[in-house]
Amino acid sequence: MYAQMVKSTGEGVKARADMSPEEAAFQDKIDADIKIEPKDWMPEGYRKTLIRQIGQHAHSEIVGQLPEGNWITRAPTLERKAILLAKVQDEAGHGLYLYCAAETLGVSRDELTKDLLSGRMKYSSIFNYPTLTWADMGAVGWLVDGAAIMNQVPLQRTSYGPYSRAMIRICKEESFHQRQGFHIMMKMVEGSEAQKKMAQDALNRFWYPSLMMFGPSDKDSVHSAQSLAWKIKMDSNDELRQKFVDQTAPQAKLLGLTIPDENLAWNEEKGGYDFSEPDWGEFFDVVKGNGPCNTDRLAARNKAWDDGAWVRDGLLAHAEKRAARKTAAE
Amino acid sequence: MSALYEFCLRMGDSTLVLGHRVSEWCGLAPVLEEDIALANTALDLIGQTQLWLGLAAEVEGSGKTADDLAFLRDVWDFRNALLCELPNGDFGQTLMRQYLFDEWHLGMLKALQGSSDDRVSAIADKAVKEASYHLERSRDTVIGLGDGTEESHARMQAALDYLYPYVGEFFIADALDDAAAKEGIAPELNSLKAGYDAAIAATMNAATLTLPESKFAHKGGRTGRTHTEHLGHMLTNMQWLQRAYPGASW
Amino acid sequence: MSKEWPLWEVFIRGQHGLSHRHVGSLHAPDAEMAVKNARDVYTRRNEGQSIWVVEARHVTASNPSDKGPMYEPSESKVYRHPTFFDIPDDAGAM
Repeated sequence: MYAQMVKSTGEGVKARADMSPEEAAFQDKIDADIKIEPKDWMPEGYRKTLIRQIGQHAHSEIVGQLPEGNWITRAPTLERKAILLAKVQDEAGHGLYLYCAAETLGVSRDELTKDLLSGRMKYSSIFNYPTLTWADMGAVGWLVDGAAIMNQVPLQRTSYGPYSRAMIRICKEESFHQRQGFHIMMKMVEGSEAQKKMAQDALNRFWYPSLMMFGPSDKDSVHSAQSLAWKIKMDSNDELRQKFVDQTAPQAKLLGLTIPDENLAWNEEKGGYDFSEPDWGEFFDVVKGNGPCNTDRLAARNKAWDDGAWVRDGLLAHAEKRAARKTAAE
Repeated sequence: MSALYEFCLRMGDSTLVLGHRVSEWCGLAPVLEEDIALANTALDLIGQTQLWLGLAAEVEGSGKTADDLAFLRDVWDFRNALLCELPNGDFGQTLMRQYLFDEWHLGMLKALQGSSDDRVSAIADKAVKEASYHLERSRDTVIGLGDGTEESHARMQAALDYLYPYVGEFFIADALDDAAAKEGIAPELNSLKAGYDAAIAATMNAATLTLPESKFAHKGGRTGRTHTEHLGHMLTNMQWLQRAYPGASW
Repeated sequence: MSKEWPLWEVFIRGQHGLSHRHVGSLHAPDAEMAVKNARDVYTRRNEGQSIWVVEARHVTASNPSDKGPMYEPSESKVYRHPTFFDIPDDAGAM
């Protein structure tokens, strides 16, 4: 997902008997669906895990601007250009909301940015894949945003108040993102042979990377168990992946496109689709920095940050000068 | 071709080309808040383009659309002011270009609210609100960076020196501009100049920047006589899909 | 690394006459830019009619451990709520 393989305490869920009175009261609140707010007492592990998760989520939004931003100047009509620009702009907004949520936990946006730029913090693996044709704008909206929504809708109920409120705003704004992607795909499959081919090619390239977004199976992960208990993770990776396939397979059929998986078949017994696992070797390569675009993405973010330093400094210097002049005049 | 058609192209091509340039920043601005604000400006300009080129297509009357005009004309048919097609450069150059444009744009749109053509005044009514905000923001940023650090001041002065020779074009009328003015479609270009000069002088003063002394003006974009080499590269990029897959619907 | 722009809390009054409501935060070099940034960041979907910004460090917040004394006394004053009063329907709108 936008936050993949977030490490928690690594110690698994604490047993009730081992909890301090504060920890027990904290867990009681979470179990009763009472939100945790910035000034409330919280275990250090909860705070750190949240910073990692929200930070990674925010970084994904910001780096996620790049693959779609790649096509803003080449959008085929004025309307498509405006829609795509508005969508990528929303991603900047979502990154901003999430950084602000993380800031309530006592970390600054600049610190988080520094960790992204140095490669110390990760962002979603999906954004290390290239967007090669206009159909990729359709595939990204349909599949990548579709997968993201799967995760983000339940996160509206997450235990940490500022995170939950950011997710509510994000989900509200994102409702058009997946639809615009699907709409692009519809136009492509109704179009010329070349356009249909482009649409199928985009699905072929984005299908498995989309499945990877949910992360490897975490049914035995101690990190996930703790995050689930704290309600900062709401569903297991496998549950979300299954839900995504079940939702997407009929949509592909509606488009007349073929999901590149010979094993994809409806399983009456489980009430869901059987499907092939993505190549997890490739996933770990991408996470380690060896995806097709890792180097370019980080370089682009670093350049934007470095090139912008004089602007941030300049505007702040002016604000300080003005404040000083005002004080002097009073 | 009618003065109205030509006038719509001159407005719409300027907003198209500038909107495109500003959209190039998406995802790359110095800070998230500026990234979002720049995208808003670009979105407004693209929206205005749809209106101006839509009206141009309607006036031309051969069944073309705004998209046909945007994506299927070559450099020599574009009628944007040269200032709009100049490259983004650094953030300071982009905002200086925006400010120099916004100051003219707002004055022009205010005058167009009184156009003899209802369709023109309707577009102006909508666009004038957007342009007012663009101007507020670009002016504040030019002042902030001009009167910021030593480095930001130097960069803004360099941007002004590079861009200022391109503002004169906004006020040089040709026969078509005169015809549009005579029909009451648009104001006399020269009538906007005194207000513009005074506003620019005040802003540059607040920004501690110096206006270049030379009054030389590059021109030819609005009349289509010439463009800079930059426009062709922009169109190569912008029009690529429409050119590579002729007749496709997107 | 140079200094970060201060953090501002943003409050927006929507179209329906309700009070200003906290919508989120952002960074800006000063109050004027904070208002402009709020306009660009938090009213992209026509949400706002009026914007307030306040620098985050100037917000004084209540302490969560005072929750009992701060809020519970009002829980017993149910007569402050209109539904406390059982009025016959015949009385009409009230």
